[in-house]
Amino acid sequence: MAVWNYTKECMSADERAALQGRRLHRVVEYVYHNTPFYRSKMQELGLEPNDIQTVEDIVKLPYTTKQDLRDNYPFGLQAAPKSEIVRVHASTGTTGKPTIVGYTRKDIGIWSEIVARAFTSFGVSRDDAFSVAYGYGMFTGGLGAHYGIENLGATVLPASTGNSEKHARLIHDLEITGIACTPSYALHLAETMEKMGYDKSELKLRIGAFGAEPWTESMRKEIESRLGLKAYNIYGLSEIMGPGVSYECECQEGSHINEDHFFPEIIDPKSLSPMGRDEVGELVFTTLTKEGMPLLRYRTRDLCTLMSGECPCGRTFVRMGRILGRSDDMLIIRGINVFPSQIESVILSMPEFEPQYILIVDRVDNLDSLQIQVEIRPQFFTDDVRTIESFQKRLADKIRSVISINAVVRVLFPGSIERSQGKGNHVIDNRILK
Amino acid sequence: MTIHQLSIFVENKQGTLIKVLQLLKEANVQLIASTIADTVEYGIYRIICSEPDRAYEILRDQGISVALSEVFALELDDKVGRAADTLALFSKEGINIAYMYSFLLHGKGILVFRTDNEQHTREVIEKADLKFIPEKDLSKY
Repeated sequence: MAVWNYTKECMSADERAALQGRRLHRVVEYVYHNTPFYRSKMQELGLEPNDIQTVEDIVKLPYTTKQDLRDNYPFGLQAAPKSEIVRVHASTGTTGKPTIVGYTRKDIGIWSEIVARAFTSFGVSRDDAFSVAYGYGMFTGGLGAHYGIENLGATVLPASTGNSEKHARLIHDLEITGIACTPSYALHLAETMEKMGYDKSELKLRIGAFGAEPWTESMRKEIESRLGLKAYNIYGLSEIMGPGVSYECECQEGSHINEDHFFPEIIDPKSLSPMGRDEVGELVFTTLTKEGMPLLRYRTRDLCTLMSGECPCGRTFVRMGRILGRSDDMLIIRGINVFPSQIESVILSMPEFEPQYILIVDRVDNLDSLQIQVEIRPQFFTDDVRTIESFQKRLADKIRSVISINAVVRVLFPGSIERSQGKGNHVIDNRILK
Repeated sequence: MTIHQLSIFVENKQGTLIKVLQLLKEANVQLIASTIADTVEYGIYRIICSEPDRAYEILRDQGISVALSEVFALELDDKVGRAADTLALFSKEGINIAYMYSFLLHGKGILVFRTDNEQHTREVIEKADLKFIPEKDLSKY
């Protein structure tokens, strides 16, 4: 199959290491002079930009965490001046502070490049018409996929999420050949189309690009058989860029990381020491070319492996294995990152409820659902059902304004949630991911 | 005109009701009438009993979510259409009934209810000279 950028995607290991070393030195020098946060961190470690010359030197650099982004909200880690920023994305963050990422024109260009690589790898060409059904807006999914597909030269239908019936009709009527969305939305769409009476043989769909939430081989098979297409994984995170950080090829044995732009490492999340190939640990990225918000050794909290060996597709970029979990308690619900602490802070702000809660995540009709169980405080209990229902509604409204998800609030009898010692496990995730 | 009612928040789960009833029994409180209003997830168990103030304290001290509220309790003659005639009085005045139940006390029909406008309801009852039961009639018998 075709390769979008043969020179980069198939470069030899030596060539690549030399390029990465040069770019790493440059980005370290750049943040040292433009991001006070990194300059002071490096000074604490007695490091100067010239100490970093090759990829082996990366271990000398400090890590960056989500907490660092939060502490420096909103623009503290931005290296480029405001005049150079052409776009800002915001993702959900803990305790109500979103993660803000600014992109320069060059960043947007690189993003479009890496997404074009990914979609070319999926077999997409200029003759395809792709429906992008990731959420458009502040979330990186929609616009990220959109720009990459346009860059490749295929047609984009910016469907975004919602209104599945209209979307289904257009997939049929416009002879859409590909769809990019979360895997659970793909299943929801398949269901909608089946209900509307469309048979997959009447559709022209042939390629699906799915990501933004964990999925499994069995989900892949189900999506493929119900929509009649071949399903590929695309991975990314907004802090680093957005979708396109890594992508599957036709071999579907792991996802190739765009190593000329992002340097990956696997570390032990406890000791923080680097781990070898094929060992499961936390994925860490250093952006090698980013201008807006370059990050050094950003801890993704995603647990996976970096795979050894060569891929038969000819791409030499290292492959990352399937995401096996998280090293923190983040949940991904309908493609949205949700931290239990966000919900906790909303519950704590309402005196009507005890500071005890259980989150139950499920997948109903292929869409994620969130139920929040809370205990009403005895002194707020009244004889009036409507008053209790108004507490429930107010909590649900507040939750929606923080995480953009409609949660079902269930009120329990005080004392019915088991009190645990220390940090309890408040989350029950019933989604079966095998 | 009004009597005290206990409202207890109960979860739809085995053993919740029996716990409440057992506590009242141990305290020698007599149950006179009770009803459960349920939503999908929880119920409100409403009780008319002897010594409601003491019963309230006992339940509260046992960690049960209980509220003490006042409800209207009218005495109706044992004749066809009495409930309809009575409710029509409130309806005409634009008063809505939040909930209602009835029971027999010493052979008389008692209609218990709560409305969305307590003051207005009192005025209607006084004007129509409806019979109501005083709380002392609810002592053990």
